[in-house]
Amino acid sequence: MTLETDLLGVTLKNPVIMASGTFGFGEEYAGLIDVSRLGGICSKGLTLRPRAGNDGVRMSETAAGMLNSVGMQNPGVPHFIERELPAMKALGPAVIANLGGGDIEEYVEGARLLDGSGADILELNISCPNVKDGGMAFGIKTQVAREVVRAVRRAYSGPMLVKLSPGAENLTEMAKACEAEGADGLSLINTLVGMAIDVETRRSLFRNRVAGLSGPAIKPVALRMVWDACRAVSIPVVGLGGIAAWRDAAEFLIAGAAAIQVGTATFSRPDTALSIIDGLGEYMSRHGFERISDIRAC
Amino acid sequence: MLSEVLAVRSNEMLLPDIGRLTVEAAAPARPGQFYMLRPEHGAMLLGRAISLCDRQGEILTFLYKIVGKGTAELSRLREGDPLRLTGPLGNGFPLEDISGKIALIGGGVGVAPMVYTARALRERGNTADAFLGYPDSPYLHETMKTLCDKVTVATESGVCGAKGYVTDIFDPEKYAAVLCCGPLAMMRAVAEKCKAAGTPVWLSLENRMACGVGACLVCTCKGKSGGNLRVCADGPVFRGEEISLDA
Repeated sequence: MTLETDLLGVTLKNPVIMASGTFGFGEEYAGLIDVSRLGGICSKGLTLRPRAGNDGVRMSETAAGMLNSVGMQNPGVPHFIERELPAMKALGPAVIANLGGGDIEEYVEGARLLDGSGADILELNISCPNVKDGGMAFGIKTQVAREVVRAVRRAYSGPMLVKLSPGAENLTEMAKACEAEGADGLSLINTLVGMAIDVETRRSLFRNRVAGLSGPAIKPVALRMVWDACRAVSIPVVGLGGIAAWRDAAEFLIAGAAAIQVGTATFSRPDTALSIIDGLGEYMSRHGFERISDIRAC
Repeated sequence: MLSEVLAVRSNEMLLPDIGRLTVEAAAPARPGQFYMLRPEHGAMLLGRAISLCDRQGEILTFLYKIVGKGTAELSRLREGDPLRLTGPLGNGFPLEDISGKIALIGGGVGVAPMVYTARALRERGNTADAFLGYPDSPYLHETMKTLCDKVTVATESGVCGAKGYVTDIFDPEKYAAVLCCGPLAMMRAVAEKCKAAGTPVWLSLENRMACGVGACLVCTCKGKSGGNLRVCADGPVFRGEEISLDA
């Protein structure tokens, strides 16, 4: 029995990956958990140029979830390649560089710099809800997504995931378009767009008005979308959204996901991903599964 | 740093909205550091960032103010209930960098970290005066009297000590360094007074946090030089001139 998983030609120790934006660049958690045991780590969402992110309140807890309005704060792709990437690679798990952008040119230039930089996989983020001038805009309409995936595909020669938004107008059509334009795999879902209002000021709690909802609250939605996507395309799908325990991870793998990502649950219990790795191993032994792909049903 | 589930040793309300909780943990911590506290079987998703109030032997004391659902849940914990403790986190007060007579200024629940800070300063042979401000009934001021040379209390209601703000009484000229934790308005006033007097000041900030280790970037504050600083990992203690306290 092995937890080893092939994802886009990259061998992961196990199918458990830390979701972008929830694990920094990995080192932040190194003092708290054994980071080397993880299958992979997605970097904080990067953009070509550094971004300061949003002003004002950036987070609010909800019932079984949280809203975030960080707004893509990041040091920029060149800084990442020079500083954070070497440290990330030294941690051991596969390195997945998450790339966002405000327009197609910014995406393409960022991808060009990342090409051959040493990251194992590129995760093209067309689904961030927290910046006004883009990100999510690319993840709503299939035709717009098609253009950015096509352009980035030409600029990036390595394995590439496209991270989809639950706000896509037609998710299966979107998934098929990304596959047709050369995506090697998909990851979904990013956060759902939500909002909170301060009843005393009678204004949105967030300066950017909207914020991204994550956490256990979104798991059923994510699972349904992963199930649909797995049946729409033949490229691997990485499932995420509210995964907080090995049972959640197993559900996504049964639905057809090749690997899973853990995000918000790490905030509740820093060792969530490690307990998922252990739990999946026991589950496989109990059912006599030899490989992660054996977990998939129908 | 640890993240483990411990049994609550005690939990009592000092005032209707101020609680004091203790646990037993062996790992060392610096004054001014904090922990993420999360009831293991609670309804809340995230831990709450609570500064270390005191540490005697292996008993850690936390003081919290009930401001929302998370802290209300903390207040309902009973002896023996499982509580996840992640920490100690953040930088803490740089006690090794300061010497001479020190002023500790605490406002409301911001008095909490000053207890362990005063204890550590005393152990180092430093002398400290405390200036403690409260809206109404004070707490921990009696403990502070056993750890500081002089304790000055002010309350907005006038129920104890001077009526008004403790920042109006405090004179930075008399001190070699100032450590402060309290509401934003208090920290602004202290920072301004210290700047005018040329007295170095360290401020301990708070903010909503998710990870507590510098990964999620939801707790940032503005640095004077323009960039964002993470309250959890770059702080929570900052030099007064490092950060912008504008609303």
